[in-house]
Amino acid sequence: MSDAPVLLEMRSITKEFPGVKALADVNLVVRAGEIHAICGENGAGKSTLMKVLSGVHPHGSYDGRIVYRGAETRFADIRASEGAGIVIIHQELALVPDMSITENIFLGNEPRRRGAIDWRLANRRAVELMARVGLHEDPDTLVKDIGVGKQQLVEIAKAFAKDVRLLILDEPTAALNEADSRHLLDLLRGFRSRGVTSIMISHKLNEIEAIADRITILRDGRTVETLDVRADGVDEDRIVRGMVGRELGSRFPDRTPRIGEVFFEVRDWTVRHPISAERRVCRNESFVVRRGEIVGFAGLMGAGRTELAMSVFGRSYGVYESGTIVKDGRQIVLRSVADAIAHRLAYVSEDRKAIGLNLLDDIKASTVAAKLAKVTRRGVLDAVAEHRAAESYRRELRIKAPTVDEGVSRLSGGNQQKVVLAKWMFTDPDLLILDEPTRGIDVGAKYEIYGVIQRLADQGRGVVVISSELPELIGLCDRIYTVCEGAITGEIAREHADPETLMKRMTSTKRTQPR
Amino acid sequence: MSRAKDLRKNLFGGTTSNARQFGMIFTLVAIVVLFQILTDGLTLRSDNLIALFQQNSYILILAIGMLMVIVAGHIDLSVGSVAAFAGILVAKSMSDWSLPWPAAVAFGLLIGAAIGAWQGFWVAYVGVPAFIVTLAGMLLFRGGNQFIGNADTIPVPEGFRVIGAGFLPEVGPNTGYNNLTLLLGLAACAAVAWREVRARRTRREMAADPTPTWISILRLAVMVGAIVFASLRFASGRVGTSFPVSGIILVALVLAYSFYTRNTAGGRHIYAVGGNSRAAELSGVKLRRVNFLVMTNMSVLAALAGMIFVARSAASGPQDGNGWELDAIAAVFIGGAAVSGGIGTISGSIVGGLVMAVLNNGLQLLGVGTDRVQIIKGLVLLLAVALDVYNKRQGRFSVIGGLTRSLRRDTPTPAAPEAQRAPAVTKVPG
Ligand SMILES: Nc1ncnc2c1ncn2[C@@H]1O[C@H](COP(=O)(O)OP(=O)(O)OP(=O)(O)O)[C@@H](O)[C@H]1O
Ligand SMILES: [Mg+2]
Repeated sequence: MSDAPVLLEMRSITKEFPGVKALADVNLVVRAGEIHAICGENGAGKSTLMKVLSGVHPHGSYDGRIVYRGAETRFADIRASEGAGIVIIHQELALVPDMSITENIFLGNEPRRRGAIDWRLANRRAVELMARVGLHEDPDTLVKDIGVGKQQLVEIAKAFAKDVRLLILDEPTAALNEADSRHLLDLLRGFRSRGVTSIMISHKLNEIEAIADRITILRDGRTVETLDVRADGVDEDRIVRGMVGRELGSRFPDRTPRIGEVFFEVRDWTVRHPISAERRVCRNESFVVRRGEIVGFAGLMGAGRTELAMSVFGRSYGVYESGTIVKDGRQIVLRSVADAIAHRLAYVSEDRKAIGLNLLDDIKASTVAAKLAKVTRRGVLDAVAEHRAAESYRRELRIKAPTVDEGVSRLSGGNQQKVVLAKWMFTDPDLLILDEPTRGIDVGAKYEIYGVIQRLADQGRGVVVISSELPELIGLCDRIYTVCEGAITGEIAREHADPETLMKRMTSTKRTQPR
Repeated sequence: MSRAKDLRKNLFGGTTSNARQFGMIFTLVAIVVLFQILTDGLTLRSDNLIALFQQNSYILILAIGMLMVIVAGHIDLSVGSVAAFAGILVAKSMSDWSLPWPAAVAFGLLIGAAIGAWQGFWVAYVGVPAFIVTLAGMLLFRGGNQFIGNADTIPVPEGFRVIGAGFLPEVGPNTGYNNLTLLLGLAACAAVAWREVRARRTRREMAADPTPTWISILRLAVMVGAIVFASLRFASGRVGTSFPVSGIILVALVLAYSFYTRNTAGGRHIYAVGGNSRAAELSGVKLRRVNFLVMTNMSVLAALAGMIFVARSAASGPQDGNGWELDAIAAVFIGGAAVSGGIGTISGSIVGGLVMAVLNNGLQLLGVGTDRVQIIKGLVLLLAVALDVYNKRQGRFSVIGGLTRSLRRDTPTPAAPEAQRAPAVTKVPG
């Protein structure tokens, strides 16, 4: 592999944004036919580097040279790079939900005959492409009706419709469950055997270790090193050392839980689907949270954990049918999110872009958004208090940004996630529900966030963590509920929690007695 | 840090809003200067300035409400008709039911609130897009105006005309100027100075690097200069004229609403709803209430604008308010609001409205016919917004990107790491 010809060389790339040097003298060499991983902490510049490569940041907006297939390139926009066979799949999928799979695959690239779109041909080619990525669906299915995993495959099929030579995937598995991730990785291996070169960004180091041929590590906008996975005998710890510049002992901070009384209880919770009223997304579900306890919700993607949590959080999902919530011994009724916040509940959503943040805001406005009353004096917003609050969270969570006046749209994905976390910590909740809190977050920051979660619990709050990563739940939680198809199927104490047991409960709809 | 750099940073750097705001004010000044030269000094003459304010105060009042509607992600096409409808009812209330004029004003505002509640209901609680609701309202209330007024004009009594055609009275010693106007100017100077001091203190408390003193002084000097100039002009008009009452209403509204949108939770919620309604909802913002209030408020202001217009023209007629919605919307967009919502400022919209007003006025002074005035206004609107859009996207075009490269460090870049598909905009707070 190491003697394969060089396909792409990025030489001393420097890219500055106002106030931030995102990339400083970065070098990247990608050989033909390899899978090249790019690793680095949040805000290290991975996405920016790929945007430079794919023309999102056009030639002239950065310094340095890009040599691709032996010639220097100067892409003016994405179309130009696509013309050269470089296709980037951004972390947030770029599909039109109300269009069919075929329409999405050929969006902007429609096969034409005498000026009109040739749908017969399009459909036929779509089926071919779908077969290539292992997607078995009717090409007329609307994209919104298939799961994220399959949507990701549609994105890849779309890339192949454009005759791709170099495929760039920015955190492709962040939102996928294990089975879908495995499928995607197999697919990438298949592409490699057929000579397609891939660049992949991921924070899931086990995947990188399993699939990458070579790894380039970025830190603070600089290239640290490029490792050859096989020759250098690279493992996860080795990658982490490159990323953070030191050994990272354990993945979870130490903690002795101090668990108190049950203070939050959901009883016989039944919620109907928001559109098809006869469908119930959960039926007579009950769970409890104790003070100082971290409770996990394990389940496959789409198991209904988010829906359950959101319906509890001020009925922000679905139609409430029956069930009660008891907090501190008193029954409470949460009709709206405002009610829920007033009763000191917080829900940190899994999809920060779509529903977690107003991307037009800056860090400080985002931080205080869910509890403006706390920075309001006699009806007037206090800019100084707002600034102070935001600044203290920026320090505590180590949000990488020059000031709290920075717009959140300019932060790297992981740092946006921290802002969302800050926003809800600011509401000073009794019960904090975290939905996939570490999605897209680097190893070092994960450790920090685990620490924050544990501190919150040790202050006597209850924390609910919804996560699709079993090791995370097992390492972090005192007790884990398993959820399958909207039903809570098991309750497992920390001592008994292991991947096999959890997996078994997560995939069977039969209820079991708590152990 | 060199002085030039200081200046650039404080005027254009930092937040995008500063840069934009400054660009707008600069444009306004440029247009004023241009017409001042072209009209041989007519533009800035007292009587012309006074007329300019009187003729445009109602559009600017509409622009305030429209800004909030647009920031929340809606639009209101009905304002002209609502103004006319409220106008005729108020005129009728005074002529037929001989309501005293202050009661009639209150009645007019109530009508506005009722109409607003009607439209707000459909928008916020039923979920009909505001475009449709207010398109219907446009027809509905225009028809209503003509139905009630029998397509006739109805005169209004003298007392009522003050709100549209009145001026600050002459009081105190004879100084050759209108004393109250001078006082008003003085108060404005004091307020501006106080604000600058407070802003400096706030920055210090935030531990941000302080604005250099000389910049504060320069900024203050420019603003005080502008205020002094304006108050002298307004105070030295024909005897009996001075700063118009409608102008005072406008200034009061601008101050109040600017404060509301920038410094209160309610104002922040409007931006939150327009920026990302789902995120706002999940942060505890009462989406429906915000939408309802924004639409209601708009109609109240429309009714007020209608009354001021009726007062100025001394009668209510069937063609009142024709096309106002377009002027108000244009003012807001020239002033930098985003079509997709979430972005815009009251002050920006006022400056945008003034740009249109000066343009209108200057062209008329030059004797350009209404046909060509319209053509020019249309082009200005298009260009202003196109320039804005271009600025936000700057850096994506290589040719011009290359030309402006030396500026780039100080210009805002388009949105976003992984937010490529989010609107390429940056928030303009307040
Ligand atoms: N459009 C922009 N304007 C200003 N700063 C930006 C912009 N895009 C990225 N940055 C900054 O550049 C740095 C690198 O960001 P980038 O998105 O490349 O990080 P990343 O390595 O992809 O991180 P993550 O793992 O969190 O996705 C960050 O500090 C970010 O704030
Ligand atoms: Mg990234």
